[in-house]
Amino acid sequence: MEKYYHSVTLDKEKCRGCTNCIKRCPTEAIRVRDGKARIIGERCIDCGECIRVCPYHAKVALTDPLDSIYEFPYRIALPAPTLYGQFKNTDITAILIGLKELGFDDVFEVARGADYVSAFVKEAMKDKERKKPAISSACPAIVRLIQVRFPELIDNIINIESPMEIAARLAKKEFSRKKGVKEEDIGAFFITPCAAKMTSIRNPIGIERSWVDGAISILEIYGPLYNKIANLKNDEDLLQTASPYGILWANSGGESSSLGVDNYLAVDGIQNVIRVLEEIEDDKLTDLEFFEGLACSGGCVGGPLVFENGFVAKNRIRKLAEKAKGEDLSTEEVMYTKEKIQWYFEKEILPKPVMKLDDDITLAMKKMEAIERIYEGLPGLDCGSCGSPSCRTHAEDIVRGYASEMDCVFKLREKVKELAQQMIEISEKIPGGKTNNNE
Amino acid sequence: MTDKNQIMKQKYPIEAGNFTLAGEASGQIKKVLKQLGVDSNIVRRVTVAAYEAEMNMVIHSVGGNLTLQVTPDRITVIAEDRGPGIPDIDLAMQEGYSTAPEMARELGFGAGMGLPNIKRCADILNVHSKMGEGTLLEAHFDIKAR
Ligand SMILES: Nc1ncnc2c1ncn2[C@@H]1O[C@H](COP(=O)(O)OP(=O)(O)OP(=O)(O)O)[C@@H](O)[C@H]1O
Ligand code: SF4
Ligand code: SF4
Ligand SMILES: [Mg+2]
Repeated sequence: MEKYYHSVTLDKEKCRGCTNCIKRCPTEAIRVRDGKARIIGERCIDCGECIRVCPYHAKVALTDPLDSIYEFPYRIALPAPTLYGQFKNTDITAILIGLKELGFDDVFEVARGADYVSAFVKEAMKDKERKKPAISSACPAIVRLIQVRFPELIDNIINIESPMEIAARLAKKEFSRKKGVKEEDIGAFFITPCAAKMTSIRNPIGIERSWVDGAISILEIYGPLYNKIANLKNDEDLLQTASPYGILWANSGGESSSLGVDNYLAVDGIQNVIRVLEEIEDDKLTDLEFFEGLACSGGCVGGPLVFENGFVAKNRIRKLAEKAKGEDLSTEEVMYTKEKIQWYFEKEILPKPVMKLDDDITLAMKKMEAIERIYEGLPGLDCGSCGSPSCRTHAEDIVRGYASEMDCVFKLREKVKELAQQMIEISEKIPGGKTNNNE
Repeated sequence: MTDKNQIMKQKYPIEAGNFTLAGEASGQIKKVLKQLGVDSNIVRRVTVAAYEAEMNMVIHSVGGNLTLQVTPDRITVIAEDRGPGIPDIDLAMQEGYSTAPEMARELGFGAGMGLPNIKRCADILNVHSKMGEGTLLEAHFDIKAR
């Protein structure tokens, strides 16, 4: 029945119906009904804004528990580069070894996956036919935002797999060859800063099935991993392979600077991204070559499932990247990898026109007029007590059949007043004597 | 069931010289068209044309109205201002021709590309102007049968 898998969900018990979240949602996907928030599945893009804004922690991201890794005989951790910025005075190697001590047989840096993606994107950008600006597909929340709100820009999206997917594929192939085990017996687990990536594992964009088997949130793994790192027994000579560029993908602007393009824009924070996408859609940024938009403030370091303050983490990532030992990929490595794995989208990204009022324009026009009429009669305070994010959306909800005018407290008050008046008038019409039987 | 004569109109007043509000009317038009489910390529062309017409009124006119008119098979953007008018429309339509004041140029307007851009986007463009009275611009867009 559930057509739309979403990592972002509501913990109904905790929700107080305060309406804080409904106004912040960039796709107007939340309503409060019967005192509880409700997420409209078709609209939600899993950006995590509501998780950050809810004062009662009633919005949660479903991820996999750490124990779930034992469903596989062999386990590989795929740490997002964001993980590196979570620990004070800790180098990347210590974090990677710590992960292995937590029960993983191997680690493959998603930052190394990012190195490959950078190389693929660089090449794709040389294609003169490509629509400008090319739009990064790194942040799945932004790709979904484009599907819902900017369908005209779908063709600008770079149709190359994410660093997470590339990492999972390479990790499984490599491990299976090295250890002589079947790929099906290997579980690859992404250590995630966000809900959007979790959703992309269950419900991927551009591919049939994800190669990643699960996602564990940075918040969940932080405690156990911290303990391992603090008491590292193993000082194995583990190779840190990602280049500084790959590691910097955790920060806003990281991908862009790895491409060597002149005219790029890197924008973080979903509202900022929306503003720029509007301009791109209106042909206002004509000489722009590349656009990197990340939903979270500061980039993935500001993801909803991280522990460390995003600004602190951003600075740590920058310093760790400077010291990183990984080398740039050679042309041969890039070419060889392209042959070995599926690295581009095999499926078209389709628009999700959930904002449109009706498939038939005549009906849509009628609905639009009805919305205008109802909207005129509403107080225009955008207070949210009706459960819709604004008076305008409330009018839309009424026309779409999801709400009634009386959900507006001001409308209700008017109506009560009117009814009270009518009651008085009626009571005055009733002949005396009969009204009071006690006399 | 489809009513070919159905018509929807929305009118937005445009203030001369007010860059704070500039772009808001065309932004609204874009939102309305997306909700009506108009093909995204047409939405884009209408929005670009509406924006250029809106900016021209902000920069070059004493103020006026931007109107969106929709019927099931046609979208029309009407920009009507109260003066001063365009002395030579053919000249104004040429790429690169501009009389934009310094203030507007500093903001990146005044390349003389607005009217040519509208012409490129619209299926039909009519511009009428009378000095001292004002300019009437009408850009039509066909909604192709889907
Ligand atoms: N509504 C108007 N009222 C009076 N004059 C106008 C109006 N619209 C355009 N013009 C005149 O036509 C010229 C050309 O307009 P056009 O939009 O093509 O270029 P622009 O506005 O000068 O620059 P750009 O649109 O590239 O920023 C303007 O410089 C102006 O002299
Ligand atoms: S912010 Fe949203 S989810 Fe949280 S308590 Fe308020 S209504 Fe409920
Ligand atoms: S910016 Fe990064 S952390 Fe935030 S939603 Fe996008 S991919 Fe996830
Ligand atoms: Mg102009």
